[in-house]
Amino acid sequence: MTVLAHSAPKKGCSDAPVLKERGQHEVFCGLTGIIWLHRKMQDAFFLVVGSRTCAHLLQSAAGVMIFAEPRFGTAILEEQDLAGLADAHEELDREVAKLLSRRPDIRQVFLVGSCPSEVIKLDLARAAERLSEVHGPRVRVINYSGSGIETTFTQGEDACLAALVPQMPETEARELLIVGALPDVVEDQALSLLERLGVAPVRVLPARSADEMPGVGPNTVFALTQPFLGDTAAALARRGAHHLRASFPFGDMGTTAWLQAIADEFGVGADRFESVTAAPRARARAAIARQRERLAGKRVFFFPDSQLEIPLARFLTEECGMEAVEIGTPFLHRGLVGPDLERIAAGPRISEGQDVDLQLDRARMDRPDLSVCGLGLANPLEAEGLTTKWAIELVFTPVHFYEQAGDLAELFARPLRRRDLLETHPSRALRVEAAE
Amino acid sequence: MKLSIWTYEGPPHVGAMRVATGMKGLHYVLHAPQGDTYADLLFTMIERRNHRPPVTYTTFQARDLGSDTAELFAQACRQAYERFQPEAMIVGASCTAELIQDDPGGLAEAIGLPIPVIPLELPSYQRKENFGADETFFQLVRHLAGPAEQTERVSANILGPTGLGFRHRDDIEEVTALLNEMGVDVNVVAPMGAAPSDLSRLAAAHFNVLLYPETAEAAARWLERTHGQPFTKTVPIGVGATHDFVAEVAGITGLPARKDESRLRQPWYAASVDSTYLTGKRVFIFGDATHVTSAARIARDEMGFEVAGLGCYNREFARPIRALARNYGVEAVITDDYLDVEAAIAELQPELILGTQMERHIGKRLGIPCAVISAPVHVQDFPARYSPQAGWEGANVIFDTWVHPLVMGLEEHLLTMFREDFEFHDAAGASHHGGKAVERTELEVEEAPASADVIWLADAEKELKKVPFFVRGKARRNTEAFAAEQGVHEISIETLYEAKAHYAR
Repeated sequence: MTVLAHSAPKKGCSDAPVLKERGQHEVFCGLTGIIWLHRKMQDAFFLVVGSRTCAHLLQSAAGVMIFAEPRFGTAILEEQDLAGLADAHEELDREVAKLLSRRPDIRQVFLVGSCPSEVIKLDLARAAERLSEVHGPRVRVINYSGSGIETTFTQGEDACLAALVPQMPETEARELLIVGALPDVVEDQALSLLERLGVAPVRVLPARSADEMPGVGPNTVFALTQPFLGDTAAALARRGAHHLRASFPFGDMGTTAWLQAIADEFGVGADRFESVTAAPRARARAAIARQRERLAGKRVFFFPDSQLEIPLARFLTEECGMEAVEIGTPFLHRGLVGPDLERIAAGPRISEGQDVDLQLDRARMDRPDLSVCGLGLANPLEAEGLTTKWAIELVFTPVHFYEQAGDLAELFARPLRRRDLLETHPSRALRVEAAE
Repeated sequence: MKLSIWTYEGPPHVGAMRVATGMKGLHYVLHAPQGDTYADLLFTMIERRNHRPPVTYTTFQARDLGSDTAELFAQACRQAYERFQPEAMIVGASCTAELIQDDPGGLAEAIGLPIPVIPLELPSYQRKENFGADETFFQLVRHLAGPAEQTERVSANILGPTGLGFRHRDDIEEVTALLNEMGVDVNVVAPMGAAPSDLSRLAAAHFNVLLYPETAEAAARWLERTHGQPFTKTVPIGVGATHDFVAEVAGITGLPARKDESRLRQPWYAASVDSTYLTGKRVFIFGDATHVTSAARIARDEMGFEVAGLGCYNREFARPIRALARNYGVEAVITDDYLDVEAAIAELQPELILGTQMERHIGKRLGIPCAVISAPVHVQDFPARYSPQAGWEGANVIFDTWVHPLVMGLEEHLLTMFREDFEFHDAAGASHHGGKAVERTELEVEEAPASADVIWLADAEKELKKVPFFVRGKARRNTEAFAAEQGVHEISIETLYEAKAHYAR
């Protein structure tokens, strides 16, 4: 496809200076990951040990009340729990016992630490050990922290998966491990592609149920599907597993690069690679091309949110013809996003961390065509006449691999299309003026 | 420690945010860890606000805990003042910051900003959102509302409306109209729409309208004590309550009880024959105390419903709600655990739930229609159209809102007449709800099993299914209760009709 033939300089943004900011972070905490993790692991319950704020966050963050009987809840700390930690442990034991008697289908309980539980140093690791003895082997109790003082948004999934790594049985088998919680439909597509490439056996972390927990060992090779899994990658490496570094599987080119790294490792021939990927690649390119008409030449500004910013900026610039003005990310993990960073043409400001007021000032100066931001900023920016894309949709929607490439591009094109549709709205000029 | 899945109220600092976001020219500096900024989206998404809430968070992280979180807070205060130039500031801590005991009030005072800085003490591990709003507004009023010369014309303040309130935006207009019709001016509406400088004029009013006791009672009591301003005790939601409110205002001001009821349609709509089908419908009412109190009166006296059960989630109001329940001959459900509410509703099998978004979900699960009457709010509770609950128009809005989830009057008869029809059968649901009518299948879904003591004989079970869906729950429950009372263990068609006769009104 000739439009994409322009080759970015090899180094791209690899050596670009990074603007590091330390001010108000307008981001979610790691507890938010529970919203998708509990749908992925259907025999797991996520018990947050925290405050009313934690419970309120979980119910507000994604309007998740549609799930009538969720597999998560908050053990809300009260005054007396703060006074005596010994009692807090007893209370926790009681709540877990009650929960398991009410939900016999639960096989894994995650005790999720929060800001208050971390600050009062409630030892959830000890609690998890104790509770595993009581309720095991049928029920496994694991702990991790999703607190805002330690994790930013998607880092909650990283902390959760990293906590699973020590639970993985030892294996000598040469296996490919795919790491990252993907919607089942997307995971199945990936597995099917790998099967047709002749890569086997392939295991997945997190597994859909406790019984399917994959093994790990010196012959394990793993590929990440999400860029925010740094701690999990480190934990797997400590168990001897080998990380396949590649661009993340977004769009046609990202997916191809990701699959190619696996194909190289497992000795898949070029012909076979071509014959398996040719058709889905063509479909992905065609689907992207339809959205590219609206996206090409438009300027995009990323506020930090999910750590998906670098790979998505790679996709939007390299495959959709957009220009990145600022790529903000809560945490820049060069070891993981390096291959994507290389493929972003030099030019955009790269920022790490946040000082939201200063960043908003920059966005107002830049006046990008599209701002990718959290829900707290979206309507205020729209009212200032800046078109926005809610970042949270990028972690809730199937966007990985070839068959979703068009959907991913469309997520960014839709706000622009909507803006064009409403351009002729008689009150539009008035509204923008009033907000300014 | 208490396991909570869904909560009716957020933490108290969210209550403080509701006050701050409703106001103008006020800024809230909140000592809080990274992640607590989620609260912004309540306002920008649910309420569709086009500005960020006026809140600066310190968003401290683990690495800051080892160094100096206090300096971080002081810096956030200074920067917020410089950037936003507010008339006044409130400062406080969220649940985590409360634990590290940095004393935001003391720190902010030490900076010496040239504006009033009001410290908030909101105990996060004991209290909740409504308390937070009430306490914040009270502290603002206590610090800012000094003596003021009374206005020449009779005037009132309207106290209680906040950000994220249930229809507060439109209630203000309606109550303002009620007051103006009597010749009473509105001095200040607060917190919603007021600036700190407006709060300093509060004492100029002749009296206060306490529109929502949940968020403004402490302030109203303080103003009464300090500035001798009486406040109204009736919340004008419902036709009867609106009349009483006007009478109360007339009593306080000595002005005649002038009112313009020309737009009030509720009484005729309730009296018209189409509404006959509403007679004696059993309703369950749950929400905040103010809206539940109003709804109970409207349900019984203005709609002709039977109040089958009621309760509230804000324990601060447990006593008045228990007294109210006694008046209606029911037991009050006072809980903030939605599972308790669900159990109460499942037990009572009402024909309509008047509740919050939480009860709407419960109703969906139990197959019982629900109309929303109270916070906690949802994006649907901020309609584009004018949609008050208070005053005459509020009464009209409530009539429409409560009737909408039900099957309409004539349709109810038609469903009964044609219930064996293959496409116009009861499982098709109400015709105005947009669901596609599904063809009746022979395989009917098994309903909840009868209680252990009584079993339904096959014939009786079949007969029960001929009862239209919107009263079937009641028929089942009545029949089982009747059987239990009579010591009958097997329910036959005979038992079903005996029970029907027994409960006939």
